[in-house]
Amino acid sequence: MLITCPYCGPRDVIEFTYQGDGNRERPDPASQNFEAWNAYVYDRLNPAGDHNEIWQHSGGCRAHLKVVRNTLTHEISSVVFTRGDHGRGDHGSAARGKAEDKS
Amino acid sequence: MSPRRTDTGGRIDRLKTIRFTFDGAPYTGHAGDTLASALLAKGVTLYGRSFKYHRPRGLLTAGVEEPNALVTVLKGEVREPNIPATMVEIHDGLVAISQNRFPSLAWDINAVNQLGGKVLSAGFYYKTFMGPVFGPLKGTRFWMFCEHFIRRAAGLGSAGSAKDPARYERMNAFCDVLVVGSGPAGLMAAKAAADQGARVMLADLEPRFGGSANWSDETIDGAPAADWARRIVAQLEGRDNVRLLPRTTVWGYYDNNTLAALERVSDHKEQPGKGEPRHRYWAIRAKSVVLATGAFERPLVFPGNDRPGVMLAHAAERYANEFGVLPGERIALFTNNDSAYRAAVALKKAGAAVVAIADVRPELSPEMRKLAAEAEAEIFAGHAVVATEGGKALSGLKLQRFDMTNGALIGDARSIHADCLLMSGGWSPTIHLASQAGAKAEWNAARQAFLPPKPTQQWIGAGAFTGSFSTTEAIAEGRAAGLAAAGGQSTPAVLPVVEAVPGDPDPAPVFEIRAKGKSFVDFQHDVTAEDVRLAHREGFVSVEHLKRYTTLGMATDQGKSSNVPGLAIMAEALGKPIPEVGTTRFRPPFAPVSIGSLAAERFGDLKPERLTPMHDWHLANGATMYSAGLWYRPMIYGHAGETVEQAYVREAKATRESAGIVDVSTLGKIAVQGPDAAAFLDRVYTNMFSTLAVGKARYGLMLREDGLAFDDGTTWRLGEQDFLMTTTTANAGKVMQHLEYFLDVIWPELKVHVTSVTDEWAGAAIGGPKARQILAACVTGTAVDNATLPFMGIVRGEIAGVPVMICRLSFSGEMAFEVYSGAGHGTHVWEALVEAGKPFGLVTYGLEALGTMRIEKGHVTGAEIDGRTTARDLHLDWMLSKKKPFIGSAMMDREGLIASDRLELVGLISLDNKPLNGGAHIVEEVDEANPHGSIGHITACCYSPALGKHIALALVKGGKARQGTRAHVSDPLRNRFGPIEIVSNHFFDPDGSRMHG
Repeated sequence: MLITCPYCGPRDVIEFTYQGDGNRERPDPASQNFEAWNAYVYDRLNPAGDHNEIWQHSGGCRAHLKVVRNTLTHEISSVVFTRGDHGRGDHGSAARGKAEDKS
Repeated sequence: MSPRRTDTGGRIDRLKTIRFTFDGAPYTGHAGDTLASALLAKGVTLYGRSFKYHRPRGLLTAGVEEPNALVTVLKGEVREPNIPATMVEIHDGLVAISQNRFPSLAWDINAVNQLGGKVLSAGFYYKTFMGPVFGPLKGTRFWMFCEHFIRRAAGLGSAGSAKDPARYERMNAFCDVLVVGSGPAGLMAAKAAADQGARVMLADLEPRFGGSANWSDETIDGAPAADWARRIVAQLEGRDNVRLLPRTTVWGYYDNNTLAALERVSDHKEQPGKGEPRHRYWAIRAKSVVLATGAFERPLVFPGNDRPGVMLAHAAERYANEFGVLPGERIALFTNNDSAYRAAVALKKAGAAVVAIADVRPELSPEMRKLAAEAEAEIFAGHAVVATEGGKALSGLKLQRFDMTNGALIGDARSIHADCLLMSGGWSPTIHLASQAGAKAEWNAARQAFLPPKPTQQWIGAGAFTGSFSTTEAIAEGRAAGLAAAGGQSTPAVLPVVEAVPGDPDPAPVFEIRAKGKSFVDFQHDVTAEDVRLAHREGFVSVEHLKRYTTLGMATDQGKSSNVPGLAIMAEALGKPIPEVGTTRFRPPFAPVSIGSLAAERFGDLKPERLTPMHDWHLANGATMYSAGLWYRPMIYGHAGETVEQAYVREAKATRESAGIVDVSTLGKIAVQGPDAAAFLDRVYTNMFSTLAVGKARYGLMLREDGLAFDDGTTWRLGEQDFLMTTTTANAGKVMQHLEYFLDVIWPELKVHVTSVTDEWAGAAIGGPKARQILAACVTGTAVDNATLPFMGIVRGEIAGVPVMICRLSFSGEMAFEVYSGAGHGTHVWEALVEAGKPFGLVTYGLEALGTMRIEKGHVTGAEIDGRTTARDLHLDWMLSKKKPFIGSAMMDREGLIASDRLELVGLISLDNKPLNGGAHIVEEVDEANPHGSIGHITACCYSPALGKHIALALVKGGKARQGTRAHVSDPLRNRFGPIEIVSNHFFDPDGSRMHG
């Protein structure tokens, strides 16, 4: 399986660490809604088909990525940084420039 | 009469004689021979004994699908079992032996198993070893009794125990087009893709490229097909963008067009060339793959179809045309399709007498009649073979009229004298790789075969693989596939002209002739047609279950020849059409793979070692090193004649009496920096960090999201936006990933950067009543008195000219300081501290003394923060801030996590003055013989020099409430049972007066 890291380019899955279901919504930190916390900590989707996942490029740039992966075919239809637009510094724009060069 | 070498013909070099041995007897062959062809040329008909019944078996095929002729190749002490003789290229000095026979191949004692056929039928193991009672032994106990004998009697070659001295290699390769199979289709595909400028790899499991061109009698562009193939290969060889991989089996097709291949680099040589590995494992990433893997001929299922001398028709054609070997002198054929007629002509041309062609079809085309006439063979249309005769070689066979519409046998059988019977039951495309890639095969009624469906990955099929069995089609499809794979436009072109033997590619739908006697479906696993029907009668309907129950197709040949006939017989038994029964999915590997090639260079101790900057100093000064994770840390600095316990007791005692120094460079260190660093730490730690003053440190505790304790350590505020976090040695990586996850995924709006700086700093902890005096003696640029450096204070100064950072904090419970310097100066600073400490009686101490002093103080480590304990369990609830939410705060108060009977941290004192052991259980009742009712366990233990007692930390149910009570330690594995007292975990100096000074 190859994951195309937006910063580093296509890399073998061996360089990545699975960091869990990307559909989970963390409740507001001050929230006392126990059901919501329970769902966040323990409930995982297990779809047959496209799945939102979090992967970390732990053997590379260490960025966390939102990956849409088909659990039946391993086809990856989308990879973006989990940070989204946050952290747009000089470093961030360099990263994006590199990703654009490759596409 | 027997097989023999022809005087001319074949692609072997008769001028080169090669000497080898088989079962100890010397043989000769020629360059270009396989072990199978060389032995066959010498008249050998018997190659092995079958798996279960020990029936004599000969060659069925000439290629990788061979189920019978499996041999063990010996290289010195190393045994390589279960290799098809058809895949062993002979070389001088080759030593091969037959398998599964005792005492010899010709006279095998277990052949009596044939008489017990009914007992050894499908499901033998399940029926015999799961239920019935045999005297005092029943079920699995009976199995355990019998296993040794059965394992010896049933099976394949035995693996050796000698260490394999061969070298294996792994290669990662990338290409635009990988072509698998080098028959006419594969060669055309490779050439077409290469002409487009694509980077092409061409792999074939045979040593010679060309596939069927090597043994078909066809001509291409007026030249023998083999010469045409040679010409194309020569063209490919000269190109920079083509890599040719002969002797390379592509055995696995994985995601993203990643393919695995095994190249047998030097098995065919007496000695590998300089630097050559034995096998090379290729991991190939191909943009596009052309599957031109051809097809396997199927046997027909009829009584005695496994007798030596019964062979697939194309295999005989191949032995004659490629190796110049006649598998017999008087040859009969039995077929349900046209392809066998070509073999008849080839064998006739090579010098054999073709005595009969039995064809299940009543009507034959004029072309086939013409071919039969050319072979001077008598045709028996509408006939079937119903029996074979002979022992270790074929002597004859019986024919009977056969009605293929209902399978009925009519009239009397007639005998034919023959020493070789060739059979052809049609062809099955080699769809294994496509199937591995996820494609579901589709049944084609005309071809009577499973054909590959639409590709699910980037592959394109060509030639016989797609069910196009003629060379003309293969050439056209191959070129088209190569062009398409390389992204080229399909343009009209003049294709090579093939002069082929005519023939209809569609066989008659006949798989089995039902007559008296054992008819084999799976030759390698000794599965008969009757076994398949038995499975059906016993209620098996799913093809997957049939496979497991009968073990059909589960041998090392993976059912290459038996899969489709087995399904057809099952379908008939079920009264269902074959497509409804379906087929099983093929899985890697396509053919057996050497384990050595998978490991390649990666064997032995591959663990990296992490050494602290002062590592060499420790070794030079008598440290016994201890591996902690990847780190190596001093365990003790033992004196001559000291035991480990004597050493650590001395070190701990000296530290508490004067001073000790320990290397703490292994602690995880993370720089947490940025405008939001303090706010981030407030969320990460259970206690407050935003209130921490610059130049001060604080002990912090982290929880997991589920509310359980995760890690602890001190974090130093070096600046308003600059923190240095320390973690436990073991959790450094996990904590780093934890922080990164929250910054990247949960709180991307926080302006914080985390950097692992574990390896940038060398750390030395110096503690004891005289620690401050020692620092005062060697630190310049700052005072170290209580006002300048209070508890948890940080100062910067210099030691021996090197800048250092000193934080006053204590793990030992003594007045203690952690001195950090740049890693490169670690030893320099360490030596300066040790030198300065000499007048004060400073000792170096290791992990054992460190552990002893922390147990005396009741501090927790990974042994107590074990992923199951909460902050409250560890009496760290004072650190749980109520002023702010933090990671784990919402989940930590769940019912089960605040129950009163949870395992809580306590101290234990041994009352019988004997040592306690880690992992030992605590019980309330005095019942040494039958200890029960554990109320907890010991996490850490030592002899405490401060208390003069054997003590331990333990997690005990409702532990806090039990303080002051007595219980017993039970450790039956180590024969330890004795009284203990449960006390507070703070054994020594509970109010901390020593460290606060």
